[in-house]
Order: sequence, then C-alpha cells, then structure tokens
Amino acid sequence: MKIEFLFWRGCPSHPEARELLDEVLAARGIQASIEEVEVTTQEEAERLRFPGSPTIRVDGRDVDPAGAVARPALTCRIYHLPDGRVWPVPTREQLEEALK
Amino acid sequence: MTMALGMEAPAFDLPGVDGENHSLGSYGDAEVLVLVQSCNHCPWVQAWEGRLSAIARDYSERGVRVVAVSSNDVESHPEDSFDEMQARSVAQGFAFDYLYDEPQSLAHALGSERTPEVFVFDRDRRLAYHGAIDDNRDETAVGQHYLRDVLDAVLAGQEPAVRETPAVGCSVKWK
Repeated sequence: MKIEFLFWRGCPSHPEARELLDEVLAARGIQASIEEVEVTTQEEAERLRFPGSPTIRVDGRDVDPAGAVARPALTCRIYHLPDGRVWPVPTREQLEEALK
Repeated sequence: MTMALGMEAPAFDLPGVDGENHSLGSYGDAEVLVLVQSCNHCPWVQAWEGRLSAIARDYSERGVRVVAVSSNDVESHPEDSFDEMQARSVAQGFAFDYLYDEPQSLAHALGSERTPEVFVFDRDRRLAYHGAIDDNRDETAVGQHYLRDVLDAVLAGQEPAVRETPAVGCSVKWK
C-alpha cells in the first residue's frame, strides 16, 4: 500500500490530519510507509494536482474523490462531515474507507 | 506585527457586500466594534461563520457591531473575490457586515495573520481583545466562549478576564 500525504505549511490543518491518519493506520494494524510531500509553489500544486492542504492518497486514489477535482492551489482544503458541516481534515470514516 | 492591546482602532473606509462603503466613523455609535479578519475560502472560517452570525445577532441590541473583513489576494484565491463575498454573504445569511480590503491596508494596520482572527474595540475604540472566537472549531465541543465573554465584560465596563488567545485558521493571503 502506498500512502501519499501532501501538505502546505500555510494551512494549519495538516498536523491534525497526519495524527488522524496515524491513528487509523494503527487501529487497523496497517504498517505502511507514508510519503510526505510538502507543496510550496503554485507550480508544484498544479504539477501534483494538489487541491489543497492536506491531501491524502492511498495507492494514488484520493481519500475524498469528490474534493480532489478542485482547482490546484496553495490553500486549505475543505472536507465535509456527514452532517454537512465544513471540516479542514478528512473524517476518520473517509480514511477507514480508503484504507480498506 | 499584530497591534497591541490598548491601541486605537485603525481608520478604514472599505466597500461592503451591501454595496455601501463603511468607515470606522460609520460605526461611531457602536458600544463595541468587533473586526474579524476573514475570507470566503478557508474551512476554518467556514466552521466559525455561523457562530459569528449568532454572536452578531445576540449582541446587536446591546450596541455591538460585528464586521468581517476579507483582505486576501484574489489572484491566488479567486474564491475570495468581491463578487464571491457578496454571494457567500447572501447564501449564508451573514448577520454581520462583510467588507473587502482590496489594498490589504486594514489587514496590515491590524497586523492580522489568520482567518478568522478577532479584534474587539471598546467604546473608546481601544483594543480590548485579540484572538479566537472560542476554543474549538467543533461547535459541539466548545469550552471557552472567548468572544462572548469579552463582549459581556466590555459592555459591563469591566476588563475581560482573557484578553489574548491564539487565532487558529488559514493564513492571510498577502499579495
């Protein structure tokens, strides 16, 4: 399993997302290496199809496919809770689903 | 550099999403003026904007005016354009004024770093509080209602118990 964790330091969301990812991996007993990629320029964002920070891909598939199509940008990424509220990190359920 | 507690509110004259210009003087009758560095695109702002509207409604009769200001560079973040600000204000039913600081002059004067970031000015327009709206992005888990507590204190003529907290959110998008 290949996990990519893309982030931009201008957004404060990535530490929480990384912590949640580590928790979910540990809970499921998955030992996988995580490739952290820091995105620093708009050019990199476009080349990496980076729709915002944080972005997590498992075997190349975004944990939130609907949000992956947003315009590449150095920005905070928007996720949504099941009740529709805006959230700055993926939900635990999204990560669990992606790691199945 | 963020303005220090006790400093005077900076002058401004900026277009609002209501089509009118708003200046510091136009809020002269407010008992308390709350300036909030804000924007459209940031999920941290979006998580708090409903609570900000609730505060604006709850305190309006006591003379509190809440004013959100977006200063973000719209070239890098077109979601924060004036047209998009107007659309979001209507869609979300904002209960506060929402101003566009295209030259980023107010953000520079405040020394803003984050969105959302709150600056509360008392009747003399001195900075009484700077920081977060409350202590949790998740409204179901809030323990400390910083802004409400500050407004209650300032309206009662008292010094707030907490005058500075770290603002948590997206960075201001400078040109």
